[in-house]
Amino acid sequence: MALLASGATLLATDAPNPWFSPSYIQNNADTILAALRQHVILTVSAVVIGALIALPLALLARRSKTISAAILGGSTIIYTIPSLAMFAFLFPFTGLTIETVIIGLVLYSLVILVRNFLAGLQAVPADVREAALGMGYGPARMLVFVEIPMALPTFFAGLRIATVSTVALATVGVIVGFGGLGNILVAGFNNNFFRAPIATAAALCVILALAFDLLLALSARLLTPWSRGRS
Amino acid sequence: MSAIGDAVRYLNDPLNWTRTNGLLDRLVEHVTISAVATVAAAAIALPLAIWFGHTGRGGGFTIALSNVSRAVPTLALLIVFAVTPIGFGNRATTIALALFAIPPILTNAYVGFREVDRDIVESAGAMGMSPLQVIARVELPLAVPAIMVGLRTAAVQVVATATLAALVGGGGLGAPIVLAFAQQNDGLALAAGFLVAVLALLTEVVLVLAARFVTPGPATRRFPRRLQMRTETV
Repeated sequence: MALLASGATLLATDAPNPWFSPSYIQNNADTILAALRQHVILTVSAVVIGALIALPLALLARRSKTISAAILGGSTIIYTIPSLAMFAFLFPFTGLTIETVIIGLVLYSLVILVRNFLAGLQAVPADVREAALGMGYGPARMLVFVEIPMALPTFFAGLRIATVSTVALATVGVIVGFGGLGNILVAGFNNNFFRAPIATAAALCVILALAFDLLLALSARLLTPWSRGRS
Repeated sequence: MSAIGDAVRYLNDPLNWTRTNGLLDRLVEHVTISAVATVAAAAIALPLAIWFGHTGRGGGFTIALSNVSRAVPTLALLIVFAVTPIGFGNRATTIALALFAIPPILTNAYVGFREVDRDIVESAGAMGMSPLQVIARVELPLAVPAIMVGLRTAAVQVVATATLAALVGGGGLGAPIVLAFAQQNDGLALAAGFLVAVLALLTEVVLVLAARFVTPGPATRRFPRRLQMRTETV
Protein backbone atom coordinates (compact mmCIF):
# COMPACT_ATOMS: atom_id res chain seq x y z
CA MET A 1 0.00 0.00 0.00
CA ALA A 2 2.75 2.35 0.98
CA LEU A 3 4.53 1.61 -2.25
CA LEU A 4 1.44 2.38 -4.26
CA ALA A 5 0.76 5.55 -2.38
CA SER A 6 4.29 6.79 -2.89
CA GLY A 7 3.90 6.15 -6.60
CA ALA A 8 6.94 3.92 -6.77
CA THR A 9 5.18 1.25 -8.77
CA LEU A 10 4.59 1.94 -12.39
CA LEU A 11 1.31 1.01 -13.95
CA ALA A 12 1.54 -0.63 -17.33
CA THR A 13 0.10 2.50 -18.90
CA ASP A 14 2.74 4.71 -17.27
CA ALA A 15 5.71 2.67 -18.41
CA PRO A 16 7.56 3.98 -21.43
CA ASN A 17 6.36 2.19 -24.54
CA PRO A 18 8.33 3.54 -27.49
CA TRP A 19 7.52 2.59 -31.08
CA PHE A 20 11.12 2.09 -31.94
CA SER A 21 13.56 0.72 -29.42
CA PRO A 22 17.15 -0.23 -30.34
CA SER A 23 17.50 -2.06 -27.05
CA TYR A 24 14.49 -4.24 -27.87
CA ILE A 25 16.03 -5.14 -31.20
CA GLN A 26 19.42 -5.85 -29.60
CA ASN A 27 17.99 -7.97 -26.82
CA ASN A 28 15.70 -9.94 -29.09
CA ALA A 29 17.82 -10.22 -32.21
CA ASP A 30 17.62 -14.03 -32.12
CA THR A 31 13.83 -14.08 -31.91
CA ILE A 32 13.45 -11.49 -34.64
CA LEU A 33 15.86 -13.26 -36.98
CA ALA A 34 14.18 -16.62 -36.38
CA ALA A 35 10.79 -15.09 -37.18
CA LEU A 36 12.22 -13.43 -40.28
CA ARG A 37 13.72 -16.75 -41.37
CA GLN A 38 10.40 -18.50 -40.90
CA HIS A 39 8.68 -15.75 -42.88
CA VAL A 40 11.13 -16.17 -45.76
CA ILE A 41 10.73 -19.96 -45.68
CA LEU A 42 6.93 -19.66 -45.71
CA THR A 43 6.95 -17.15 -48.57
CA VAL A 44 9.52 -18.86 -50.76
CA SER A 45 8.06 -22.36 -50.38
CA ALA A 46 4.51 -21.11 -50.99
CA VAL A 47 5.45 -19.21 -54.16
CA VAL A 48 7.79 -21.90 -55.52
CA ILE A 49 5.33 -24.75 -54.93
CA GLY A 50 2.52 -22.53 -56.24
CA ALA A 51 4.49 -21.83 -59.42
CA LEU A 52 5.31 -25.52 -59.91
CA ILE A 53 1.61 -26.38 -59.76
CA ALA A 54 0.44 -23.30 -61.65
CA LEU A 55 2.48 -23.92 -64.80
CA PRO A 56 0.98 -27.33 -65.66
CA LEU A 57 -2.46 -26.02 -64.71
CA ALA A 58 -2.04 -23.05 -67.05
CA LEU A 59 -0.88 -25.38 -69.83
CA LEU A 60 -3.92 -27.55 -69.21
CA ALA A 61 -6.23 -24.53 -69.05
CA ARG A 62 -5.25 -23.22 -72.47
CA ARG A 63 -6.14 -26.53 -74.10
CA SER A 64 -9.87 -26.05 -73.73
CA LYS A 65 -12.34 -23.37 -72.78
CA THR A 66 -14.11 -25.72 -70.36
CA ILE A 67 -10.96 -26.51 -68.40
CA SER A 68 -9.88 -22.89 -68.26
CA ALA A 69 -13.35 -21.82 -67.11
CA ALA A 70 -13.26 -24.49 -64.39
CA ILE A 71 -9.77 -23.53 -63.25
CA LEU A 72 -10.46 -19.78 -63.27
CA GLY A 73 -13.83 -20.23 -61.55
CA GLY A 74 -12.34 -22.49 -58.89
CA SER A 75 -9.51 -20.06 -58.33
CA THR A 76 -11.92 -17.15 -57.85
CA ILE A 77 -13.68 -19.14 -55.14
CA ILE A 78 -10.40 -20.00 -53.40
CA TYR A 79 -9.30 -16.39 -53.64
CA THR A 80 -12.48 -15.16 -51.96
CA ILE A 81 -12.10 -17.42 -48.91
CA PRO A 82 -10.48 -15.44 -46.07
CA SER A 83 -7.13 -16.80 -44.94
CA LEU A 84 -8.30 -17.38 -41.38
CA ALA A 85 -11.14 -19.56 -42.69
CA MET A 86 -8.71 -21.38 -44.99
CA PHE A 87 -6.45 -22.25 -42.08
CA ALA A 88 -9.52 -23.34 -40.10
CA PHE A 89 -10.46 -25.69 -42.95
CA LEU A 90 -6.98 -27.20 -43.08
CA PHE A 91 -6.48 -27.41 -39.33
CA PRO A 92 -8.54 -30.62 -38.72
CA PHE A 93 -6.45 -32.42 -41.34
CA THR A 94 -2.94 -31.07 -40.92
CA GLY A 95 -3.09 -29.78 -37.33
CA LEU A 96 -0.89 -27.11 -35.81
CA THR A 97 1.98 -27.61 -38.23
CA ILE A 98 3.89 -25.38 -40.62
CA GLU A 99 2.38 -27.46 -43.45
CA THR A 100 -1.06 -26.03 -42.65
CA VAL A 101 0.23 -22.52 -43.29
CA ILE A 102 2.23 -23.49 -46.37
CA ILE A 103 -0.71 -25.34 -47.97
CA GLY A 104 -2.96 -22.33 -47.39
CA LEU A 105 -0.42 -19.90 -48.79
CA VAL A 106 0.26 -22.18 -51.79
CA LEU A 107 -3.45 -22.14 -52.65
CA TYR A 108 -3.51 -18.33 -52.72
CA SER A 109 -0.27 -17.90 -54.68
CA LEU A 110 -1.39 -20.64 -57.07
CA VAL A 111 -4.53 -18.70 -57.90
CA ILE A 112 -2.62 -15.53 -58.78
CA LEU A 113 0.04 -17.45 -60.71
CA VAL A 114 -2.34 -19.59 -62.80
CA ARG A 115 -4.11 -16.46 -64.07
CA ASN A 116 -0.90 -14.69 -64.94
CA PHE A 117 0.74 -17.73 -66.48
CA LEU A 118 -2.33 -18.33 -68.61
CA ALA A 119 -2.51 -14.68 -69.65
CA GLY A 120 1.20 -14.76 -70.53
CA LEU A 121 0.91 -17.89 -72.65
CA GLN A 122 -2.20 -16.63 -74.41
CA ALA A 123 -0.49 -13.36 -75.25
CA VAL A 124 2.20 -15.08 -77.35
CA PRO A 125 1.49 -13.81 -80.88
CA ALA A 126 0.10 -16.44 -83.23
CA ASP A 127 2.54 -15.52 -86.01
CA VAL A 128 5.50 -16.17 -83.72
CA ARG A 129 4.08 -19.59 -82.95
CA GLU A 130 3.54 -20.27 -86.63
CA ALA A 131 7.05 -19.19 -87.50
CA ALA A 132 8.43 -21.56 -84.85
CA LEU A 133 6.23 -24.32 -86.19
CA GLY A 134 7.50 -23.64 -89.69
CA MET A 135 11.08 -23.84 -88.42
CA GLY A 136 10.33 -27.36 -87.20
CA TYR A 137 9.76 -26.73 -83.48
CA GLY A 138 7.77 -29.51 -81.75
CA PRO A 139 5.33 -28.74 -78.91
CA ALA A 140 7.90 -29.21 -76.11
CA ARG A 141 10.66 -27.17 -77.78
CA MET A 142 8.13 -24.54 -78.74
CA LEU A 143 7.04 -24.24 -75.10
CA VAL A 144 10.53 -24.07 -73.61
CA PHE A 145 12.30 -21.95 -76.23
CA VAL A 146 9.53 -19.79 -77.66
CA GLU A 147 6.42 -19.51 -75.54
CA ILE A 148 7.84 -19.43 -72.01
CA PRO A 149 10.56 -16.89 -72.85
CA MET A 150 7.97 -14.66 -74.52
CA ALA A 151 5.63 -15.00 -71.56
CA LEU A 152 8.35 -14.35 -68.97
CA PRO A 153 7.47 -10.67 -68.34
CA THR A 154 3.87 -11.63 -67.53
CA PHE A 155 5.08 -14.61 -65.46
CA PHE A 156 7.28 -12.32 -63.44
CA ALA A 157 4.51 -9.79 -62.98
CA GLY A 158 2.45 -12.64 -61.48
CA LEU A 159 5.35 -13.83 -59.32
CA ARG A 160 5.78 -10.31 -57.95
CA ILE A 161 2.13 -9.94 -57.00
CA ALA A 162 2.03 -13.46 -55.55
CA THR A 163 5.19 -12.92 -53.51
CA VAL A 164 4.19 -9.54 -52.12
CA SER A 165 0.76 -10.76 -51.09
CA THR A 166 2.19 -13.97 -49.65
CA VAL A 167 4.54 -11.96 -47.43
CA ALA A 168 1.50 -10.08 -46.12
CA LEU A 169 -0.68 -13.18 -45.78
CA ALA A 170 1.95 -15.28 -44.01
CA THR A 171 1.46 -13.17 -40.88
CA VAL A 172 -2.00 -14.74 -40.44
CA GLY A 173 -0.25 -18.10 -39.94
CA VAL A 174 0.18 -16.97 -36.34
CA ILE A 175 -3.20 -18.60 -35.67
CA VAL A 176 -1.51 -21.96 -36.33
CA GLY A 177 1.64 -20.88 -34.51
CA PHE A 178 3.72 -20.42 -37.66
CA GLY A 179 3.25 -16.85 -38.80
CA GLY A 180 6.85 -15.70 -39.14
CA LEU A 181 6.84 -12.02 -38.24
CA GLY A 182 3.14 -12.35 -37.45
CA ASN A 183 4.16 -14.28 -34.32
CA ILE A 184 6.04 -11.21 -33.07
CA LEU A 185 3.15 -8.90 -33.96
CA VAL A 186 0.58 -10.84 -31.98
CA ALA A 187 3.00 -11.57 -29.14
CA GLY A 188 3.60 -7.82 -28.81
CA PHE A 189 -0.12 -7.18 -28.73
CA ASN A 190 -0.72 -9.87 -26.12
CA ASN A 191 2.29 -8.69 -24.13
CA ASN A 192 0.65 -5.55 -22.75
CA PHE A 193 0.51 -3.78 -26.14
CA PHE A 194 4.31 -3.68 -26.30
CA ARG A 195 4.89 -1.34 -29.23
CA ALA A 196 8.55 -2.05 -30.04
CA PRO A 197 8.00 -5.62 -31.34
CA ILE A 198 4.84 -4.57 -33.18
CA ALA A 199 6.52 -1.68 -35.00
CA THR A 200 9.67 -3.71 -35.70
CA ALA A 201 7.78 -6.69 -37.12
CA ALA A 202 5.41 -4.52 -39.16
CA ALA A 203 8.33 -2.59 -40.66
CA LEU A 204 10.21 -5.81 -41.40
CA CYS A 205 7.16 -7.21 -43.21
CA VAL A 206 7.04 -4.21 -45.51
CA ILE A 207 10.81 -4.24 -46.06
CA LEU A 208 10.74 -7.97 -46.81
CA ALA A 209 7.92 -7.52 -49.34
CA LEU A 210 9.74 -4.67 -51.06
CA ALA A 211 13.03 -6.61 -51.07
CA PHE A 212 11.40 -9.63 -52.72
CA ASP A 213 9.66 -7.35 -55.20
CA LEU A 214 12.93 -5.64 -56.12
CA LEU A 215 14.72 -8.98 -56.43
CA LEU A 216 12.07 -10.32 -58.78
CA ALA A 217 11.99 -7.12 -60.80
CA LEU A 218 15.77 -7.32 -61.23
CA SER A 219 15.63 -11.01 -62.18
CA ALA A 220 12.95 -10.24 -64.74
CA ARG A 221 15.20 -7.55 -66.25
CA LEU A 222 18.19 -9.88 -66.36
CA LEU A 223 16.22 -12.78 -67.83
CA THR A 224 14.47 -10.77 -70.53
CA PRO A 225 17.14 -8.45 -71.90
CA TRP A 226 15.15 -8.04 -75.12
CA SER A 227 12.25 -6.36 -73.38
CA ARG A 228 14.42 -3.60 -71.96
CA GLY A 229 13.66 -0.19 -73.33
CA ARG A 230 10.13 -1.24 -74.17
CA SER A 231 7.41 -0.48 -71.73
CA MET B 1 -13.78 -37.38 -40.94
CA SER B 2 -15.26 -36.91 -37.49
CA ALA B 3 -14.34 -33.23 -37.77
CA ILE B 4 -16.91 -32.78 -40.53
CA GLY B 5 -19.54 -34.60 -38.47
CA ASP B 6 -18.72 -32.41 -35.48
CA ALA B 7 -19.00 -29.31 -37.65
CA VAL B 8 -22.41 -30.33 -38.99
CA ARG B 9 -23.59 -31.15 -35.48
CA TYR B 10 -22.34 -27.80 -34.20
CA LEU B 11 -24.12 -25.87 -36.95
CA ASN B 12 -27.30 -27.90 -36.44
CA ASP B 13 -27.61 -27.05 -32.75
CA PRO B 14 -29.94 -24.03 -32.52
CA LEU B 15 -28.44 -23.03 -29.19
CA ASN B 16 -25.06 -22.44 -30.84
CA TRP B 17 -26.78 -19.85 -33.01
CA THR B 18 -29.12 -18.12 -30.60
CA ARG B 19 -27.20 -17.87 -27.32
CA THR B 20 -25.47 -14.64 -26.31
CA ASN B 21 -22.29 -14.24 -28.37
CA GLY B 22 -23.49 -17.21 -30.41
CA LEU B 23 -23.12 -17.49 -34.17
CA LEU B 24 -26.09 -15.23 -34.89
CA ASP B 25 -24.72 -12.42 -32.70
CA ARG B 26 -21.29 -12.85 -34.31
CA LEU B 27 -22.80 -12.84 -37.80
CA VAL B 28 -24.76 -9.64 -37.17
CA GLU B 29 -21.64 -8.08 -35.67
CA HIS B 30 -19.55 -9.16 -38.66
CA VAL B 31 -22.01 -7.89 -41.26
CA THR B 32 -22.59 -4.59 -39.42
CA ILE B 33 -18.88 -3.87 -39.05
CA SER B 34 -18.22 -4.77 -42.69
CA ALA B 35 -21.13 -2.79 -44.10
CA VAL B 36 -20.38 0.35 -42.09
CA ALA B 37 -16.69 0.15 -42.99
CA THR B 38 -17.34 -0.33 -46.71
CA VAL B 39 -19.90 2.48 -46.90
CA ALA B 40 -17.62 4.82 -44.96
CA ALA B 41 -14.70 3.99 -47.23
CA ALA B 42 -16.84 4.58 -50.32
CA ALA B 43 -18.01 7.92 -48.92
CA ILE B 44 -14.38 9.02 -48.66
CA ALA B 45 -12.87 7.32 -51.71
CA LEU B 46 -15.53 7.92 -54.37
CA PRO B 47 -15.62 11.76 -54.20
CA LEU B 48 -11.81 11.76 -54.20
CA ALA B 49 -11.72 9.39 -57.17
CA ILE B 50 -14.27 11.47 -59.07
CA TRP B 51 -12.26 14.61 -58.47
CA PHE B 52 -8.93 12.96 -59.34
CA GLY B 53 -10.43 11.15 -62.31
CA HIS B 54 -12.22 14.16 -63.73
CA THR B 55 -9.24 16.48 -63.44
CA GLY B 56 -6.61 13.84 -64.19
CA ARG B 57 -4.72 14.81 -61.07
CA GLY B 58 -3.55 12.54 -58.27
CA GLY B 59 -2.86 9.54 -60.49
CA GLY B 60 0.60 8.96 -59.07
CA PHE B 61 -0.72 9.20 -55.53
CA THR B 62 -3.54 6.75 -56.27
CA ILE B 63 -1.27 4.14 -57.86
CA ALA B 64 1.34 4.51 -55.10
CA LEU B 65 -1.33 4.12 -52.43
CA SER B 66 -2.64 0.92 -53.97
CA ASN B 67 0.85 -0.55 -54.40
CA VAL B 68 1.98 0.29 -50.89
CA SER B 69 -1.25 -1.00 -49.38
CA ARG B 70 -0.62 -4.41 -50.91
CA ALA B 71 2.76 -4.70 -49.22
CA VAL B 72 1.45 -3.80 -45.76
CA PRO B 73 -0.06 -6.83 -44.04
CA THR B 74 -3.57 -5.99 -42.87
CA LEU B 75 -2.93 -7.94 -39.68
CA ALA B 76 0.08 -5.71 -38.98
CA LEU B 77 -1.96 -2.55 -39.51
CA LEU B 78 -4.78 -3.89 -37.38
CA ILE B 79 -2.33 -4.54 -34.54
CA VAL B 80 -0.57 -1.22 -35.02
CA PHE B 81 -3.95 0.54 -34.80
CA ALA B 82 -4.74 -1.44 -31.68
CA VAL B 83 -1.82 0.12 -29.81
CA THR B 84 -2.61 3.67 -30.95
CA PRO B 85 -5.46 5.81 -29.60
CA ILE B 86 -7.72 4.10 -32.17
CA GLY B 87 -7.49 1.07 -29.88
CA PHE B 88 -9.36 -2.17 -30.46
CA GLY B 89 -12.89 -3.47 -30.24
CA ASN B 90 -15.66 -3.16 -32.79
CA ARG B 91 -15.48 0.61 -33.31
CA ALA B 92 -11.73 0.52 -33.86
CA THR B 93 -12.08 -2.45 -36.19
CA THR B 94 -14.61 -0.55 -38.27
CA ILE B 95 -12.25 2.43 -38.60
CA ALA B 96 -9.31 0.22 -39.53
CA LEU B 97 -11.35 -1.74 -42.07
CA ALA B 98 -12.65 1.46 -43.66
CA LEU B 99 -9.05 2.62 -44.12
CA PHE B 100 -8.13 -0.71 -45.77
CA ALA B 101 -11.09 -0.42 -48.11
CA ILE B 102 -10.15 3.01 -49.47
CA PRO B 103 -7.29 2.01 -51.86
CA PRO B 104 -9.22 -0.54 -53.97
CA ILE B 105 -12.28 1.73 -54.29
CA LEU B 106 -10.15 4.77 -55.08
CA THR B 107 -7.91 3.02 -57.62
CA ASN B 108 -10.66 1.27 -59.55
CA ALA B 109 -12.93 4.31 -59.67
CA TYR B 110 -10.02 6.51 -60.72
CA VAL B 111 -8.99 4.14 -63.50
CA GLY B 112 -12.64 3.83 -64.54
CA PHE B 113 -12.89 7.60 -64.90
CA ARG B 114 -9.59 7.90 -66.75
CA GLU B 115 -10.54 5.14 -69.18
CA VAL B 116 -13.61 7.01 -70.35
CA ASP B 117 -12.93 7.90 -73.97
CA ARG B 118 -11.57 11.47 -74.07
CA ASP B 119 -13.45 12.10 -77.32
CA ILE B 120 -16.75 11.44 -75.57
CA VAL B 121 -15.86 13.83 -72.75
CA GLU B 122 -14.83 16.50 -75.24
CA SER B 123 -17.98 16.14 -77.29
CA ALA B 124 -20.05 16.38 -74.13
CA GLY B 125 -18.29 19.66 -73.36
CA ALA B 126 -18.79 20.85 -76.92
CA MET B 127 -22.49 20.13 -76.59
CA GLY B 128 -22.57 22.65 -73.78
CA MET B 129 -22.51 20.39 -70.73
CA SER B 130 -21.08 21.92 -67.60
CA PRO B 131 -18.25 20.05 -65.85
CA LEU B 132 -20.74 18.75 -63.28
CA GLN B 133 -23.04 17.50 -66.01
CA VAL B 134 -20.11 15.82 -67.74
CA ILE B 135 -19.30 14.02 -64.51
CA ALA B 136 -22.86 13.03 -63.68
CA ARG B 137 -24.17 12.17 -67.14
CA VAL B 138 -21.10 11.00 -69.06
CA GLU B 139 -18.14 9.93 -66.96
CA LEU B 140 -19.95 8.42 -63.98
CA PRO B 141 -22.26 6.12 -65.98
CA LEU B 142 -19.35 4.92 -68.10
CA ALA B 143 -17.20 4.32 -65.03
CA VAL B 144 -19.86 2.35 -63.15
CA PRO B 145 -18.49 -1.12 -64.03
CA ALA B 146 -15.03 -0.17 -62.76
CA ILE B 147 -16.47 1.50 -59.66
CA MET B 148 -18.45 -1.64 -58.88
CA VAL B 149 -15.34 -3.80 -59.26
CA GLY B 150 -13.63 -1.55 -56.71
CA LEU B 151 -16.56 -1.75 -54.32
CA ARG B 152 -16.72 -5.52 -54.67
CA THR B 153 -12.99 -5.95 -54.10
CA ALA B 154 -13.18 -3.69 -51.08
CA ALA B 155 -16.26 -5.37 -49.61
CA VAL B 156 -14.86 -8.89 -49.97
CA GLN B 157 -11.58 -7.73 -48.51
CA VAL B 158 -13.38 -6.06 -45.61
CA VAL B 159 -15.43 -9.18 -44.84
CA ALA B 160 -12.21 -11.20 -44.89
CA THR B 161 -10.22 -8.74 -42.79
CA ALA B 162 -13.00 -8.46 -40.25
CA THR B 163 -12.21 -12.06 -39.25
CA LEU B 164 -8.64 -11.04 -38.41
CA ALA B 165 -9.95 -8.53 -35.89
CA ALA B 166 -10.66 -11.48 -33.61
CA LEU B 167 -6.89 -11.94 -33.24
CA VAL B 168 -6.75 -8.55 -31.52
CA GLY B 169 -9.76 -8.92 -29.28
CA GLY B 170 -12.43 -8.02 -31.82
CA GLY B 171 -15.75 -9.75 -32.39
CA GLY B 172 -17.32 -11.03 -35.57
CA LEU B 173 -17.12 -14.51 -37.03
CA GLY B 174 -13.36 -14.63 -36.54
CA ALA B 175 -13.95 -15.04 -32.80
CA PRO B 176 -15.22 -18.64 -33.02
CA ILE B 177 -12.29 -19.50 -35.31
CA VAL B 178 -9.78 -18.11 -32.84
CA LEU B 179 -11.59 -19.99 -30.06
CA ALA B 180 -11.48 -23.20 -32.11
CA PHE B 181 -7.72 -22.93 -32.51
CA ALA B 182 -7.27 -22.15 -28.82
CA GLN B 183 -9.35 -25.20 -27.84
CA GLN B 184 -7.98 -27.36 -30.68
CA ASN B 185 -11.61 -27.96 -31.60
CA ASP B 186 -11.66 -29.41 -35.14
CA GLY B 187 -15.42 -29.31 -35.54
CA LEU B 188 -15.77 -25.69 -34.47
CA ALA B 189 -12.86 -24.71 -36.73
CA LEU B 190 -14.56 -26.24 -39.75
CA ALA B 191 -17.99 -24.87 -38.84
CA ALA B 192 -16.80 -21.31 -38.27
CA GLY B 193 -14.45 -21.41 -41.25
CA PHE B 194 -17.35 -22.56 -43.40
CA LEU B 195 -19.55 -19.68 -42.25
CA VAL B 196 -16.85 -17.10 -42.94
CA ALA B 197 -16.16 -18.55 -46.38
CA VAL B 198 -19.87 -18.59 -47.24
CA LEU B 199 -20.24 -14.99 -46.07
CA ALA B 200 -17.29 -13.89 -48.23
CA LEU B 201 -18.58 -15.76 -51.28
CA LEU B 202 -22.09 -14.36 -50.75
CA THR B 203 -20.65 -10.85 -50.59
CA GLU B 204 -18.93 -11.45 -53.90
CA VAL B 205 -22.05 -12.87 -55.54
CA VAL B 206 -24.37 -10.14 -54.21
CA LEU B 207 -22.05 -7.42 -55.46
CA VAL B 208 -21.61 -9.05 -58.87
CA LEU B 209 -25.40 -9.06 -59.18
CA ALA B 210 -25.61 -5.49 -57.89
CA ALA B 211 -23.06 -4.44 -60.51
CA ARG B 212 -25.16 -6.02 -63.22
CA PHE B 213 -28.21 -4.21 -61.86
CA VAL B 214 -26.72 -0.71 -61.68
CA THR B 215 -24.66 -0.84 -64.88
CA PRO B 216 -26.43 1.16 -67.56
CA GLY B 217 -26.65 -0.17 -71.08
CA PRO B 218 -26.96 -3.72 -72.40
CA ALA B 219 -26.45 -6.41 -69.78
CA THR B 220 -23.85 -8.23 -71.84
CA ARG B 221 -21.26 -5.50 -71.48
CA ARG B 222 -18.14 -6.82 -69.85
CA PHE B 223 -15.68 -5.12 -67.55
CA PRO B 224 -12.18 -4.49 -68.77
CA ARG B 225 -10.27 -7.67 -67.96
CA ARG B 226 -7.39 -5.90 -66.34
CA LEU B 227 -9.66 -4.36 -63.73
CA GLN B 228 -11.35 -7.62 -62.90
CA MET B 229 -8.10 -9.18 -61.87
CA ARG B 230 -7.32 -6.50 -59.35
CA THR B 231 -8.51 -8.51 -56.39
CA GLU B 232 -6.74 -8.92 -53.14
CA THR B 233 -7.04 -11.52 -50.51
CA VAL B 234 -6.66 -11.15 -46.78
